[in-house]
Amino acid sequence: MSTTKENWAGRPIAELARALNSGAASASELMASVLDNIAARDGAIKAFLEIDAEKLRKLAAEADARRAAGKALSPYDGIPVGIKDCIATEGERLSCASKILKTVVSPYDATAVARLKAKGFIPTGRLNMDEFAMGSSCENSAYQKTANPWDTERVPGGSSGGSAAAVAGELVPAALGSDTGGSIRQPASFCGVVGLKPTYGRVSRFGLVAFASSLDQIGPMTHTVEDAAILLDAIHGGDEKDSTSLPGRKEEFLDAVKSAGAETLKGLRLGVPNEYFHAEGMSAEVREVMDATLDALKKAGAEPVEISLPHTKYAVAVYYIIATAEASANLARFDGIRYGVRQEAKDLVSGYFASRGAGFGDEVKRRILLGTYVLSSGYYDAYYLRAQKVRTLIRKDFEEAFKRCDLLVTPVAPNVAFKFGEKSHDPLAMYLSDIFTIALNLAGNCGISVPAGLGRESGMPVGVQLIAPALGEAGLLKAARAYELLRGPFPKK
Amino acid sequence: MTEPKNRIDVRYVAELARIEIAPEAFAKLERDMENIVGYIEQLSELDVTGIEPTAHASMLVNVERDDVAKTPYPREVMLKNAPAVLNGETIKVPQVLPGEGMN
Repeated sequence: MSTTKENWAGRPIAELARALNSGAASASELMASVLDNIAARDGAIKAFLEIDAEKLRKLAAEADARRAAGKALSPYDGIPVGIKDCIATEGERLSCASKILKTVVSPYDATAVARLKAKGFIPTGRLNMDEFAMGSSCENSAYQKTANPWDTERVPGGSSGGSAAAVAGELVPAALGSDTGGSIRQPASFCGVVGLKPTYGRVSRFGLVAFASSLDQIGPMTHTVEDAAILLDAIHGGDEKDSTSLPGRKEEFLDAVKSAGAETLKGLRLGVPNEYFHAEGMSAEVREVMDATLDALKKAGAEPVEISLPHTKYAVAVYYIIATAEASANLARFDGIRYGVRQEAKDLVSGYFASRGAGFGDEVKRRILLGTYVLSSGYYDAYYLRAQKVRTLIRKDFEEAFKRCDLLVTPVAPNVAFKFGEKSHDPLAMYLSDIFTIALNLAGNCGISVPAGLGRESGMPVGVQLIAPALGEAGLLKAARAYELLRGPFPKK
Repeated sequence: MTEPKNRIDVRYVAELARIEIAPEAFAKLERDMENIVGYIEQLSELDVTGIEPTAHASMLVNVERDDVAKTPYPREVMLKNAPAVLNGETIKVPQVLPGEGMN
């Protein structure tokens, strides 16, 4: 094994592709850099739940052999991509950071993973998360607490906290996460990386363990907007295994990003939602970064349009009814019968109680119970049906807004990454920190978090969120790239 | 924290959800859930008369696929994750009806 001098693991995918294709690096060297960095740093960060070094070296050597034979699967053949532990990779464990799935090995690839492999990307390790993607800090993992690489006393955000920390900590060049109410964008903001939540249906959910089926979506977490486009090009498109995936497939996102320039922002109508900027509880340092960002965008020729999303204040309530209701149904399948960890019991039904009682953590139990409660006889109309109606109002707010502007620009989270234990005692306080991200999932739009600055007090990263209407990823990524160019290089941890 | 107006019978809900809850965990769970339900109660201030519910963010309606029989995964692969297997062919489950002899 040669020792690597270059820190390939911390470079953007686009740069790695150039290095591979010019012969400046081999896939084996890339993988060695990833494994070296994990060995050196992940003891403190704890982003990975598992890494099979031997297998990964072998996959990298195979990519090198393909390239040497002129048979590279794509310019990206041999580039490692970390995978959140709720996305299936054939032959790898799939635990959702839960004890109840501790023993499960996936018999198949998620479609998103299969599509990465088709381009030669190497699915690399299992990344930590809040158990079953329920949480905003990664503190709900049954296995370990992932630390924020910027300050190891702080959380990386969640639920895709392992993915965000692995990219920010330069353990792996990019990763896949999943976003049900902000689980890609919020940790991206907390860790200073790019996180894209595609339009609902853009990426197949086949092989993504379901949390809330009407909201879940897989997306990329990367160093740059360009990398997010490269990965979206790879993973998106209709899939017969997911009837909610949108038919068709067109690799247009990298081209959109490449067409971005200073002129992209000129005359771009940027909706600034009143309710988001006057939200209670937004910290002074987040507000400062947002003001500076808006100012810079305005100077670059963008036209801020003041808009209103009047039902914003109900979004958290709607989300925690709909998402928990769907979760209570989806997680009913985890009963220790067909797979997972079974607690021995005298009969079938007491086995369900014991396996689920021992296998699920506190937050997962709380959400299943909440979902069961809001769906239970006598409460369905008052909670679930009413929430679905308010969801319509939230969707219409966005439709109205997009009549007057091209994109929305908003904060991602009211605060920078918080310290361990700061919010974990109060679930409602944790839920309220999702206020800026969840309405988008309810409405089915797409959104991206791009690092915008560092908090003056904390020195922690702050992301800006751009939101586009459904299927607006090409324009969203183009504008995000133009903003990135305007911002200049973001400090690295 | 104001006194929540909704009392939630967590024991009953846990029965419905088939989850064993440790006796010492009920008090906090009850408090947390009542707080959260108290918060989501604010939806009742909205007039939703005549508004269609949104069940899904998808733009699709009625997706069909060809009615073709497939056997995508071999039995031994799918049984690998089962906690208990009988004769390599079936999943072994705990006794279904309580009280009767078995084996």
